[in-house]
Amino acid sequence: MERGIRVLVAKAGLDGHDRGAKVVARALRDAGMEVIYTGVRQTPEMIAEAAVQEDVDAVGLSVLSGAHMHVFPEVLRQLTARGGGDILLTGGGTIGDEDMAELQALGVGRLFGPGASTREIVDYIRAETARRRAQSETR
Amino acid sequence: MNDDNDPAWPVELINLNCPNCRCLTSGEREIGLDTALDTLLGTFLSGDRRAAARLISVVENGGPRAEAVLHALYPRLGGAPRVGVTGPPGVGKSTLVDALVRHHRGQGRRVGVVAVDPTSPFTGGAVLGDRVRMSDLATDLGVFIRSMATRGSLGGLARTTKEVVDVLEAFGQEILLIETVGVGQTEMDIASAADTVVVVVSPESGDAIQAMKAGLMEVADLLVVNKADRPGTSQMVRALEADLAMRPAGGWRPPVLVTVASRGEGTDEVAAAVGRHREHLSASGALGERRHARARAEIVAILRDRLWQRVHERLADRLPDWVARVEAGHATPYTAARALLAAFLEDEA
Repeated sequence: MERGIRVLVAKAGLDGHDRGAKVVARALRDAGMEVIYTGVRQTPEMIAEAAVQEDVDAVGLSVLSGAHMHVFPEVLRQLTARGGGDILLTGGGTIGDEDMAELQALGVGRLFGPGASTREIVDYIRAETARRRAQSETR
Repeated sequence: MNDDNDPAWPVELINLNCPNCRCLTSGEREIGLDTALDTLLGTFLSGDRRAAARLISVVENGGPRAEAVLHALYPRLGGAPRVGVTGPPGVGKSTLVDALVRHHRGQGRRVGVVAVDPTSPFTGGAVLGDRVRMSDLATDLGVFIRSMATRGSLGGLARTTKEVVDVLEAFGQEILLIETVGVGQTEMDIASAADTVVVVVSPESGDAIQAMKAGLMEVADLLVVNKADRPGTSQMVRALEADLAMRPAGGWRPPVLVTVASRGEGTDEVAAAVGRHREHLSASGALGERRHARARAEIVAILRDRLWQRVHERLADRLPDWVARVEAGHATPYTAARALLAAFLEDEA
């Protein structure tokens, strides 16, 4: 049987706006994925450790506080420190194009702005997970 | 058959599986570890949490690799206490688990948590939200939390929850907490997965209690009324005690405790009562009985799975024909099942 996709959905930072994260969590569930939802006010350490323990394929991070240039690289660093550098880190929020490009250059996956559809997010996580699994099998 | 010198036995297989028990037969060669699993197991044994998480996934996904892992880890299981936490949705199970973890951490014990949430029968997806109530434990390296989806299992746990708990125990977690899905009447897998079952209700659970009487109430070793700062608590305690009073005398009397788990009130008492229950189990010999029943339940579950798989493989072609006959009124489901079973047994002979 094809192994299901597991995704950790977290909301980093001190603001409590979790509506977007919940909508995405629900959409991923409806797409047949197992979504570990950790709630609001998560630190990068908490997110990375939970992602490792839950053996997820992807972390979807919602950052609306403007702290994305800190949060995404820090989560990436914390994941790598725990041997989870192969886990896809994606997410969304109010992030400008320039910042997106910079984060992607650091190894963060695609990021989604306010206009993105849940369909796009689902398709992206599916395709990227498949790609990474194929890659790790040929290694 | 169990001869190390049998040339048909690949030596590495004997070494990779438990070297002491030699319980492999040559017919079971497919359960040997592949190189990737062997490496993963080595990393796991050195205490790597990522490796533990991956082994849990292997076990959760089932199949021969899962079996190989469990086989290798089995000798490392030593009877660490397994505590089940169950009850209707929304009563604060996760919050109570969080408080119990803190209690045990305060005493320096390593804790493993497996929290189960339901899989959607329509999409196969799930939102596993128990970590929301356990956020602060996320960075405590003495705690390992794993969320599981039921994946079609209806008993309140996933089919492989017990096995995932086994992996956590083999990883060195000294006490194991198992949180079920929010349950009502029939979801009683927890009774065979845990040594002590804590049933949690809230003061608002009146209707749920009616539904639980035939099921969960009977497997409860401990009853907890959580959210005890709300009105209706003392009535709920009395109702539960009245129900318990109707149980036959003798043996363990489940205590009824009150907590406000979100503030940590009463939760040390719950941990203490779990400890007393365990002492009772050991002193009375009931622990042995429970573990005996668990071993039996595990074997039966595996047998049922395998048998069904085999039956399905053999009979998948013939099933539609019988379905059509039943649909047309030419056979009853019973005659169909009997004929299919007879055909299966004949094939196997």
